[in-house]
Amino acid sequence: MGVEGIGASVLRKEDRRFTTGKGRYVDDIKLQGMTHAHFVRSPHGHAKVKGIDSSAALKMPGVVAVLTGQQIVDDKVGNLICGWAVHSKDGTPMKMGAWPAMAPEVVRFVGQAVAVVIAETKNQARDAAEAVEVTYEELPAVTNVKASIATGAPQLHPEAPNNIVYDWALGDEAATNDAFSKAANVVKMDLVNNRLAPNAMEPRAAIAQYDEAEEHFTLYTTSQNPHVARLVLSAFYNIAPENKLRVIAPDVGGGFGSKIFIYPEEMVALWASKKVNRPVKWTGDRTEAFLTDAHGRDHVSHAEMAFDKDNKILGLRVKTHANFGAYMSLFSSSVPTYLYATLLSGQYNIPAIYAEVMGVYTNTSPVDAYRGAGRPEASYLVERMMETAARQLKVDPAELRSKNFIRQFPHQTPVIMAYDIGDFQASLDAAMKSIDYAGFPARKAKAKSEGKLRGIGLSCYIEACGIAPSKAVGSLGAGVGLWESAEIRVNPVGTIEVLTGSHSHGQGHETTFCQLVAERLGVPVSQVSILHGDTDKVQFGMGTYGSRSLAVGGSAIVKALEKVEAKAKKIAAHQLEASESDIVIENGEFKVTGTDKSIALPMVALAAYTAHNLPDGMEPGLKESAFYDPSNFTFPAGTYICEIEVDPGTGKTEFVNFVAADDFGRLINPMIVEGQVHGGLTQGIGQALLEGAVYDSNGQLITASFMDYAMPRADDVPSYKLQHTTTLCPGNPLGVKGCGEAGAIGASAAVINAITDAIGNNHLDMPATPDKVWHAIRAGA
Amino acid sequence: MYETHYHRASSVDDAAAQFAKGAEAKYLSGGQTLLPVMKQRLAAPSDVIDLAKIPALIGIEVGGDNVTIKAATPHYDVSTNAALQKAIPALAALAGMIGDPAVRYRGTIGGSLANNDPAADYPAAVLALDATVKTNKRSISATDFFKGLFSTALEDGEIITAVTFPIPARAGYAKFRHPASRFALTGVFVAQTKSGEVRVAATGASASGVMRVPAIEQALKANWSASALDSVSVSADGLMADLHGAADYRANLIKVMAQRAVKDAA
Amino acid sequence: MTAISLTVNGKVVSGNVEDRTLLVQFLRDHLNLTGTHVGCDTSQCGACVVHVDGRAVKSCTTLVGQVDGASVTTIEGLSHGDELHPMQAAFRDNHGLQCGYCTPGMIMSAVDIVQRHGGKLDEATVRHELEGNICRCTGYHNIVKSVLDAAGRMSTAQAAE
Repeated sequence: MGVEGIGASVLRKEDRRFTTGKGRYVDDIKLQGMTHAHFVRSPHGHAKVKGIDSSAALKMPGVVAVLTGQQIVDDKVGNLICGWAVHSKDGTPMKMGAWPAMAPEVVRFVGQAVAVVIAETKNQARDAAEAVEVTYEELPAVTNVKASIATGAPQLHPEAPNNIVYDWALGDEAATNDAFSKAANVVKMDLVNNRLAPNAMEPRAAIAQYDEAEEHFTLYTTSQNPHVARLVLSAFYNIAPENKLRVIAPDVGGGFGSKIFIYPEEMVALWASKKVNRPVKWTGDRTEAFLTDAHGRDHVSHAEMAFDKDNKILGLRVKTHANFGAYMSLFSSSVPTYLYATLLSGQYNIPAIYAEVMGVYTNTSPVDAYRGAGRPEASYLVERMMETAARQLKVDPAELRSKNFIRQFPHQTPVIMAYDIGDFQASLDAAMKSIDYAGFPARKAKAKSEGKLRGIGLSCYIEACGIAPSKAVGSLGAGVGLWESAEIRVNPVGTIEVLTGSHSHGQGHETTFCQLVAERLGVPVSQVSILHGDTDKVQFGMGTYGSRSLAVGGSAIVKALEKVEAKAKKIAAHQLEASESDIVIENGEFKVTGTDKSIALPMVALAAYTAHNLPDGMEPGLKESAFYDPSNFTFPAGTYICEIEVDPGTGKTEFVNFVAADDFGRLINPMIVEGQVHGGLTQGIGQALLEGAVYDSNGQLITASFMDYAMPRADDVPSYKLQHTTTLCPGNPLGVKGCGEAGAIGASAAVINAITDAIGNNHLDMPATPDKVWHAIRAGA
Repeated sequence: MYETHYHRASSVDDAAAQFAKGAEAKYLSGGQTLLPVMKQRLAAPSDVIDLAKIPALIGIEVGGDNVTIKAATPHYDVSTNAALQKAIPALAALAGMIGDPAVRYRGTIGGSLANNDPAADYPAAVLALDATVKTNKRSISATDFFKGLFSTALEDGEIITAVTFPIPARAGYAKFRHPASRFALTGVFVAQTKSGEVRVAATGASASGVMRVPAIEQALKANWSASALDSVSVSADGLMADLHGAADYRANLIKVMAQRAVKDAA
Repeated sequence: MTAISLTVNGKVVSGNVEDRTLLVQFLRDHLNLTGTHVGCDTSQCGACVVHVDGRAVKSCTTLVGQVDGASVTTIEGLSHGDELHPMQAAFRDNHGLQCGYCTPGMIMSAVDIVQRHGGKLDEATVRHELEGNICRCTGYHNIVKSVLDAAGRMSTAQAAE
């Protein structure tokens, strides 16, 4: 590797602007003549909209327009879509209720927009929004999945009887029943995977601008995937054709999944910008983020695992109820099905698995992908089952896992996935060594003598990343292909621009992707720029989620670089009067191997653009593009072990040590990889100890601010000890697997396993707040 | 935030005069509670009268028997005052636990007491130390001052000017933070006066705001030690219950925090 | 409307603003100093922290009228020319930021922490003192590292002065 190539912890190129306050986020942008939008939102969880009187609001200072749900329907703006078709066990397609961008007739969750005020200033818009008089007729609400499917429950959508979106299953039911009939031991448990609010620190925002002369729209938006936004806005929402809509996602302050989706606010901003013929800006506040950003998780499950007399797993049976909220968000249907049940084999050889998932409507905010999306729910279930089984079978939890590890690759699980490679024992060993697993009993005894309850917990997670092979996901119902594109532009003076469809909102692509170029062409990263986030600059792309940017987006860059290199070598060979096969690249120079003849990349580039002396028949220029479609998912895996102490007086959990051993394949920038792990672990710990989005039975969100929703803060979490074990991914040219979600997928089970170990009571659901742990200690005593 | 009129008062009298002129005026001190409430549009004062720059309201005086903290003194200045740290270390420590560092630079004792949030820290110290709240009109004993949730003995337009704390023989404060807001889920201030009286006040726990805890006071009066509380049981009746703490949990915290406060008392 | 005048990043600025204008709104909307961010409505997240007369405060919980006549430093005014402030450099060198949104407030709070504690900082103190700043990306690990690193750099720089 070079000092800036693959494997180097190059400092981030983006950090000068971010550390000096020069980042450019959507809310930082001001356009000439810009107006401000404020939404009128439902205070009720479920109600009929009987009437909207805008007359008083229209008379308020600075008000430009008040627009309602009925107008958006009248203008034939399309309903929001769900882009992944999932079928129930009986073969029927999922049952979807219509989701207009503003509700004309019925509101189904608190915070759903019914109207929007457009005014000269933000304050004026908010002032006037309070003057819009909406008459509601309240309807009974339901927020809990089990209550929602009960007889007599309030019905949300006529299209979905009993509030059931689908009743789906995966795996071989008969084979699984057969496995259980032969079991020596069966472990059973009920699990709750708590609902989370994503809470990227930058609230969502949008600015829409309509150019009357060109009949053209520009949308600045907080998106992880601006091209997908344009595709959906054009193809389904009847806003504008793709060639008349430019979507720009500038600096974006975190996403974690919540900024994948196309939300009503940006649709309304676009539509309104044409109606008022002025730019329209909307910036959400934190309360709106809590109420309207797609939430994550929210599963209730029952699981059973069958073991033979030697403690080998025979089968796994899972029944999950997934809360979708009031509407089906863009990729929601895939999260508790193809991103969840397909990972229920974990790191283990499980001959038979049968999973049933019922997706249910409730009067809550829509639920969709949040960091990990389905895989944290699977990993939490499998890893709590393994820990519980070890306690029940009276064997060491590490030993039970090790005994059941998959050791031959490729491995076909009974739930679709074919694991390509891994070494699960290596990461387990690394983590156990790092935390001194063998010394734990002595530490526990010492803590006990000091009045503290100490526990240790393991989690051996696996995930499917590098989303995703287009043909495979297409056969499972995805509405889009999940490849990525890249374009490399070598400019005439030798600077390089990389255009990618992978948006960067914290992941450091502006650095890591440059390193791929530095590695391949030997140029310093300072000469390379990454362009992303603008549909007018980058032709197409699928965006950033599912830990896919490097495995898929990076692979597309490598493919395009191969083409650039091939053409550059032809030019160099021609210029140096050598054979193309003798050209090698060293430190940015194209050399004739075994000679001192060389030509620098800028001179090759200049030759390509002057075109005075190119090989016969060669087109001028040095610019190549590539589309990369992965052949399989990637399978990052690892072991997390945490050691904690519970204060028996208060139930508060303190970390003693947290060790993470991950196998992400090849690391391009280890510093950035470790940063991703730290962040993921903290979100996993947040889910385990602190976070929970809670609705009351009327549909009011009790946790609608940071006063009630506990975000992890610096003193809630430890410094982490990271280890890397490596098996190179065979499925992509870089050998990479993806690292963005691992921490959030694996951490929560490790934490709960440690607490339940410490307190001696396994009946504990997340978030394990001090109050809950204190009660669990008493209940277990 | 709704539109309002901002006035910076030059003196206590000026502030009171400005207040009288406003239709729905409110005093603003550090603003660390009032401004968030106004931003949420849960309060709509016609006028806000800023007390924070009035020289007579700023400062700390430490005497032989008493400490006086003037009303607009920020928590940070209280927590770092060397004389106070010596006279009533628990009070300085309490000021250093309020909110976060940025809040402590602006939030003030007068603002905190006038608001009387049931989870605020200062009320526990004021009640346990039997402090006197001084206003532009009178002196009010701690026992008379607190009137329940967000409610005090202050009359409309009355301004807290200072709080005088008798210096105790020893005192301690222990706080269990609410996991989200970082206010006191329960905080307990224990104090033993120079004449041997024991007063214990808990904040964050009761639905009617700061409260004395007689069971703990009696046990500590008999034996000032953490272990003296082992057998004490605190009733959960009337205690708050929410997502982060059931009433029985808060009752437990009152005892556990009292024990820790006694251990730390100086 | 109120006429106000204050010093921001060393320059005297004045304006005529609605009385309800918050300091953060004045900085962002009137002065185009968009490095100071808003991440919540309840004074919890700290993305808006700036220095007022040398003290780190939440500009979302301060009326601009309250700082009339004061001296305000924002993230844009922290560095001298092209040279990063030691705290900014430490955040870059230790990968103490990802999406960058909380970073300005985090850095302004961190400078204040080091100014108060000097070289006496340890990890537990830094974590506790960052109570009023929320980051969703980094898990704080590298932020803590950055602050400890900068504390060393800042005390060295001070000693050299």
